[in-house]
Amino acid sequence: MKSLSSVIAGFLRGLGAPVSGALIGLGQITRFLFALLAASGTCLRRPGLVVREMYFIGVLSLVIILVSALFVGMVLGLQMYETLQRFGSGDVVGMVVALALVRELGPVLAALLIASRAGSALTAEIGLMRATEQLSAMEMMAIQPLSRVVAPRFWAGFLSVPLLTSVFNVVGIYGSYLVAVEGLGVDAGTFWSQMQNAVDFRIDVVNGIIKSFFFGAAIMLIAVYQGYQAAPTAAGVAMATTQTVVRSALVILGMDFMLTAFMFTGLGS
Amino acid sequence: MTTDGQTDNLVDIRKVDFAYGERAVLHDISMQVPRGKVVAIMGGSGSGKTTLLRLISGQVKPVRGEVIVNGQSVASLRNRELLQLRRTMGMLFQMGALFTDMNVFDNIAFQMRENTDLTEPMIRDLVLMKLHAVGLRGAWNLMPAQLSGGMARRVALARAIALDPTLIMYDEPFAGLDPISLAVVSRLIRTLNDALGATSIIVTHDIESLNIVDYVYLVSGGTIIAGGTVEEIHHSSDPYVRQFVDAQPDGPVAFHYPAPDYREMLGF
Repeated sequence: MKSLSSVIAGFLRGLGAPVSGALIGLGQITRFLFALLAASGTCLRRPGLVVREMYFIGVLSLVIILVSALFVGMVLGLQMYETLQRFGSGDVVGMVVALALVRELGPVLAALLIASRAGSALTAEIGLMRATEQLSAMEMMAIQPLSRVVAPRFWAGFLSVPLLTSVFNVVGIYGSYLVAVEGLGVDAGTFWSQMQNAVDFRIDVVNGIIKSFFFGAAIMLIAVYQGYQAAPTAAGVAMATTQTVVRSALVILGMDFMLTAFMFTGLGS
Repeated sequence: MTTDGQTDNLVDIRKVDFAYGERAVLHDISMQVPRGKVVAIMGGSGSGKTTLLRLISGQVKPVRGEVIVNGQSVASLRNRELLQLRRTMGMLFQMGALFTDMNVFDNIAFQMRENTDLTEPMIRDLVLMKLHAVGLRGAWNLMPAQLSGGMARRVALARAIALDPTLIMYDEPFAGLDPISLAVVSRLIRTLNDALGATSIIVTHDIESLNIVDYVYLVSGGTIIAGGTVEEIHHSSDPYVRQFVDAQPDGPVAFHYPAPDYREMLGF
């Protein structure tokens, strides 16, 4: 029979362990971020390294971004038009879609897509480099993997996310134009002028892009950290890849709420 | 000491203890690697052999004792000095560890481009010379995935000697090779060592390698249990050495993992 005190101690330990575990994890990733920033000088001296990674992270993600954005824009256009039409205001569909895209859906969906397309690939790549001793080999050649492998990928991703988000916004708006104007017969002049009146460049577009910088930093930090810390086995890399996608998704959504609260509340008053 | 002020031993390990956290790996290890020689560190899997290489290259630090490489205590070096020291070392990793996103040429050129100011035409000549030394000049544009196991090992060997290191370390260079590749790689290790005037340390469990080395250290359970020339090892009467050299399945290293009584476990 366990004594009461040991039961209580066990209960408290059960409560505390996840919290302290999470704090330790947060501390480790923060230290990793500082080490990464300290190792980033190479990227400034040799921008070619970053450009090469931007090709893999950015350019090769273009297809999924373009196709998804087009369909998201088309669906939004369709749904909004159907609903707004009931109140006789189908004309404002361009404005509603543009606001939804540049403020929320563009940054968030683009970030989620990039996390699953490029973030997971980064984790798997770095994790496998660790598992096959390529990182150790580099250390033995007196080359720091953090500055040669990790930092260029991080910065390439950080710069690619806002660019891909911008592409997502533009293509999404064009998708809704196709449905609303070409398909459902909304007047093109009204479609664009409503949008032009309601969407503020500084408040809506710039804030959306600022969001995407935050998302880019978060996704890439999670991705390279998970890869760098992955257990050097097949199971370890698989686990790290999954963690990258899951954590990125949660962090993006949580962060989006906070950023929205900062940026857009009180604008109506 | 020799006349030019250098010690005779390139690597001198003095009474080293090492542990990964709580898990003790090496205990009271002392060994010397004379300049110009090929030294084998042999022992069963998991006996701490690879850890010895990591200690020499400064990837890990000893808990107690000292690792001296070329007159410098590795553990006391600052980061910059350690990187400087590593530039004089080459290492062949267990499975080659070639960079999978680069072709053979770029793999070997990698550290020349990163660590030296050599011009691209000079790098090209040097890479082709290294590849020629391992017989793979014709494979310069292949990707690592297109190489056979033996070829990958030879490319990794060419990469390890890319900057003419004074100390070359081999971590299980023969693992998973067919007999022909094994013979090729082992002969290369010897000839490259002598041609470059380097010093080599081979970590292996393959007794075939006794044909190419000058000295042997046998490691078991984290301690050195025997050391000497190949001749001495062959004629040793130590039961562990005999079990290892004669490849006996049972002996001081038991065949069975510790377990309760067999009959008892079967329920008799």
